Amino acid sequence: MKRLIVALALATSPATVAQTPPATFTPEVESLAREVGKSLRCVVCQNQSIEESNAPLASDMRRLVRERIAAGESKDAVMAYMTDRYGNFVRLQPPLQMDTLLLWFGPLLLLVVGAVGWFAYLRPAGKHDLAPVPLSDAEVAELARRMEAGGKA
Amino acid sequence: MSDVSQSRAALPAWVAVIPVAILLIIGGFFAWGLTRNPAELPSTMIDREMPDFALTRLTPEREALTKQDLIGKVSLVNVFGSWCSSCILEHPQLEAIAGSKQVALYGVDWRDPPGAGAAWLARYGDPYIKTGVDSDSRLAIDLGVTGAPETFLVDREGRIRYKQVGPITPELWADTILPLIRKLEAEPT
Repeated sequence: MKRLIVALALATSPATVAQTPPATFTPEVESLAREVGKSLRCVVCQNQSIEESNAPLASDMRRLVRERIAAGESKDAVMAYMTDRYGNFVRLQPPLQMDTLLLWFGPLLLLVVGAVGWFAYLRPAGKHDLAPVPLSDAEVAELARRMEAGGKA
Repeated sequence: MSDVSQSRAALPAWVAVIPVAILLIIGGFFAWGLTRNPAELPSTMIDREMPDFALTRLTPEREALTKQDLIGKVSLVNVFGSWCSSCILEHPQLEAIAGSKQVALYGVDWRDPPGAGAAWLARYGDPYIKTGVDSDSRLAIDLGVTGAPETFLVDREGRIRYKQVGPITPELWADTILPLIRKLEAEPT
C-alpha cells in the first residue's frame, strides 16, 4: 500500500510530468536553458516555472529558450526577450526597482515596526522594576494607621 | 504588580489606533487585490510595432496571413484555436464584426495540428479575410499571448494599439473597439 501511494505521488508530481524537449540540443545549451526556464513563469499555470509546467505554451517557450541559447544568446538576453513581451510578471523572481521596493523590503519594515513597538511597550515596566516609586506621605500615614488597626483586631 | 499595570496604562491612548490602522491598510490591499483577475497581465505590447511573422497556410489552396496584409488599414487580428472553447463563444460576435465591414478581420490559428483550424472554420463559419497557422507559438510568444482568444487592434502603420484578452462581447465591440477603430481611422497618416 505504502509503495503504491509513493508511486502515485511520484507519477503525478509536475517535475516528472513535464516533458523534456527532444534532445537535439547540446548538454551545455540544455543546462543554460534549464537555468533560464526555472526563473521564467509559465503564464498559463502561474505558479510553476516553464521547466515544471506541462502546459503546451510552456513547452513551446522551453523550445524557444533552447533555440535562442543555441543561437548564442546570453541568459540575460533571453530573459529580456521574454520580459519584453510578457512584462516583469514572467520573472518568478521580481526585479529590484522603484515599484517593487515595498515587496522586497516590506517584511523587514514590518519587523522593525514590530520591534520598536515591542521595546516601547516593555521599557517603562522594566524601569519601574529596577527603581520602585517611593511611597507618598499619605501612603506612609495610611500604612501606619492600618498596621495599628490590624494589631488591635 | 500595580506598578507594572500603571506603567503600561501610561502609554498614550493614540497608540491603540496603530494596530487597527495597520489592519485596515493590509485589509485594503487585500480587498483591492482579491477582486483583480490574476490571469490578465498588463500588456507590454500596446503602441509597439506588430512583430514580423511567418505563418503557415490553413490549407494548401489558401494563402497565409503576412504582416504586409496588416499595413495601410486598421485591422483586427484574432488569435484562436480549434481546441479553444471560449472561441466558440466569441465566434458569433466575430461573424457580426466581419458582416459590419467596419474593420479588416484576420485570424491566427494558434497551436493547431494541420487541418484542424480549417475544419473548425468550415464547421462554424469563417469570418476572417485571411488566416495563418501558428503551430509552434512563435507569433503567440512574440505577441505575449497567454491564452485564446486574444485580439489585437493594429493601426495603419502596423502598430498594436489595443489588446483584448478573452472573448469580444457585443458590448465591448460597441463601446470600446468600434469607437477606437473610428479614432484610429481619423488619425493623419
